[in-house]
Amino acid sequence: MAPVVDTLRLTAEEATSLLERGELSGRELRQAYLDAIAERDGELHCFLRTVEDTEGDGVPIALKDVISTKGVETTAGSKILAGYVPVFDATVAERVKAAGLSLLGKTNTDEFAMGSSTENSAYGPSRNPWDPSRVPGGSGGGSSAAVTAGLAPWALGSDTGGSIKQPSALCGNVGLRPTYGTVSRYGVVAFASSLDQIGPVAKTVRDVALLYSIIAGRDPCDSTTAELPETPRLPEGDSLAGVRIGVPRQLGSLDAIEPGVRDAFERALALAEELGAEIGECDLPTSYRYGMPCYYLIAPAEASSNLARYDGVRYGPRAVAGSYQELVDRTRDEGFGAEPKRRIMLGTYALSAGYYEAFYGQAQKVRTLLIREHRQALAVCDVIATPTSPTVAFPIGDKAADPLAMYACDLLTIPSCLAGLPGLSIPNGLSEGLPVGLQLIGPQFGENTLFRVGHALEQAIGFDTVPERLR
Amino acid sequence: MAISRDEVLHVAGLARLALTDDEIERLTGELDAILDAVGIVSELDLAEVPPTSHPLDLVNVWAEDEPRPSLPLEDVLANAPDAEGALFRVPAWRQ
Repeated sequence: MAPVVDTLRLTAEEATSLLERGELSGRELRQAYLDAIAERDGELHCFLRTVEDTEGDGVPIALKDVISTKGVETTAGSKILAGYVPVFDATVAERVKAAGLSLLGKTNTDEFAMGSSTENSAYGPSRNPWDPSRVPGGSGGGSSAAVTAGLAPWALGSDTGGSIKQPSALCGNVGLRPTYGTVSRYGVVAFASSLDQIGPVAKTVRDVALLYSIIAGRDPCDSTTAELPETPRLPEGDSLAGVRIGVPRQLGSLDAIEPGVRDAFERALALAEELGAEIGECDLPTSYRYGMPCYYLIAPAEASSNLARYDGVRYGPRAVAGSYQELVDRTRDEGFGAEPKRRIMLGTYALSAGYYEAFYGQAQKVRTLLIREHRQALAVCDVIATPTSPTVAFPIGDKAADPLAMYACDLLTIPSCLAGLPGLSIPNGLSEGLPVGLQLIGPQFGENTLFRVGHALEQAIGFDTVPERLR
Repeated sequence: MAISRDEVLHVAGLARLALTDDEIERLTGELDAILDAVGIVSELDLAEVPPTSHPLDLVNVWAEDEPRPSLPLEDVLANAPDAEGALFRVPAWRQ
């Protein structure tokens, strides 16, 4: 008789060793997650669809629905891709398959990964396992909520301006946005190509490191990928001796950070100091005033170009029309939801004649400043620490009618994304009964440092990743 | 006022979106507010700062010019709303 699997607590690492010791078969393990999905996903809506996987016999995994899966519908949370069945696998999907992982299903996302709450999904929002009346964050709310609710031991998300890190903070798990260029984007539905990165979500830093080691590395199909300068390592140990943690002095004057989030952040810094880290100030003078404006010019500009491919000619639904021009214009109006349209319009405007220099061109220069100031900050410290999200999870509907309020959710995650740097979010206790995230930013290719610091702090913080209402 | 209704219509044309009247009205207000917020990038004097288009120091990636199999035609057309033979089928350019 197979042991009872508590999917709420089982880590991917523990699952791997259960399989290796033969205490459980891959099929039994998979069934445990499918049972959990049947029990809890009606309420949480993490999955857009589950699949039958007859090949993978290893630890199950969920993939955000922006990742192409051969033979499995992939919609990016949009109606304009309804019924689209990829004829090839994304490189990351291929790599998790090659590692023997079995695909549980595709997770919900804001349409084209544009959003911070999953409320922009054309298929309805996901819900936060800690409080289903609240958002799980976004855009990767489906993957994040699934991991926290024990519906998948780990998952892949995509992060353009915070879509892995922010949902991890709001759901109380670990999420990594890798260094730009370390993980292939081949076969991933493009949003903003100079920013998009695929990364892992899991309950522990070690699981995140393990999944990162499976997906990372150069891919001939994505010429923006780089060789990893060092092999990803599973972190061990609890000492932070010799580690310099920089805290941006600008955080102090940011009113957007809730008091409970700030308190948790201060406690984490005190813990880091007890573990031997040296805490000091660093300077990011441009990041928090100009990061968000810079991002909301560059990302929509790139999106307006990437989303030009959806024209109703080669795939997806097609509007009824008498001419080719009408077909394209109507298909796009009927197929895209409000947020992609807003960003296509914003990006097209920022790129149009007469406005290019003032908006897009100026934003590209601000990006240079952000890169420089992060480089300078990381010259005097090993990692930069900030809260991941300025707030805890907010009620569904709270920001849905106010695009600028929604954009402000990514205030703290955006600057390092523009700089191409890796960021790790780990759970950092509760505020008002809801999870708070701690963001650690490292230098380019500094994932191993993030894993080491994140793992040591994770042990010291001792956060219980299982939501109180599910214990 | 950063953007007018006429400009929204012009941009919708460039973006190939057949927006409804309601959408045009809503987007005019929303884009106006968003452009106000993001327009603060113009506060900075960046005349001497070079633009960044990409976060990595990219160099050309070369590959041998070797033919490799591409997708079979049936796969290419598998998701097409309308196809005929080896072609995607669409209505005439203009009525």
